[in-house]
Amino acid sequence: MKPEEPIPNGAAGAAMLAAGSGCLALSLLALAGDGSKAVARLLTFYRPTGPLSGVTTVAILIWLAVWFIAYRVCKGKAVAIAIVSAVSFVVLALGLLLTFPPFEDLLLGR
Amino acid sequence: MQVTGRELITAIHGMLFGGLFLMACFGVLTLLFRSLAARTTPDAGAAEQRWDRVYLIVMVVLGWAAVLSGTYVIYPWYRAADPPGAANLAFYPQRLLLSSPQTAGWHELGMEWKEHIGWMAPMLMTMVAWVLTKYRGAVEEHRRLRALVTAFALAAFLAAGVAGGFGAFLNKKAPVQGGRLITLRSGQ
Repeated sequence: MKPEEPIPNGAAGAAMLAAGSGCLALSLLALAGDGSKAVARLLTFYRPTGPLSGVTTVAILIWLAVWFIAYRVCKGKAVAIAIVSAVSFVVLALGLLLTFPPFEDLLLGR
Repeated sequence: MQVTGRELITAIHGMLFGGLFLMACFGVLTLLFRSLAARTTPDAGAAEQRWDRVYLIVMVVLGWAAVLSGTYVIYPWYRAADPPGAANLAFYPQRLLLSSPQTAGWHELGMEWKEHIGWMAPMLMTMVAWVLTKYRGAVEEHRRLRALVTAFALAAFLAAGVAGGFGAFLNKKAPVQGGRLITLRSGQ
């Protein structure tokens, strides 16, 4: 009797990794926008909202792009979910930490 | 009994979209924790599964509606530049908060944190909803997956809580005002 094949968890791993990456991208873009006026200008896609419009738009695009690519790569495969999720959590935690203004100010030397 | 257009839209953003999203996140978390504690998941019928999917979709839509309305409708009112020499800053909430050291922190910590962390909640909950929908038939085989998704949902809930909590306080300290006056009920 053939052993039961594991149900592939690759798609879930891809989604988690992408979500963590999207959050980190958002924080890094916000940090870059706060630290540089030129970057802030570049990220101002919609003037009334200011750089936040570009920060969030680019972060969403990065999130979706990472998700799409990771999904294509991991779809139908069993991945080491412990490692993938650990990486995703570290990336997410870093993203969350970077949104905290006192920490951001510390990094920018304010 | 009157309300301004901006007050009404801010209420829709915070109480309808944001508030319901936060409650929906709490509901998902409760179900996830319960299923983890129970160690078995009752087989859901087709109707139940359909309802679960609708619930998750509505939750995700509410989350995105909250951040999009906040960023593109209310935030421009909040950060509007005051005209030179303006004595009354009531219509310029950001300037009003920054005008006093006693209130500046509400912008420098509250809004600066809220405007970024708030976006993470729908991103994370979209992933949570997608994974729960995709793996709904393989829950037992993926118990670890469910536990991981619970952790992400918890992070999303906390992010939404920070954004919602500061949003509520900011709207108390420096409410967004102005716009067309809407009469809800005429007085005697």
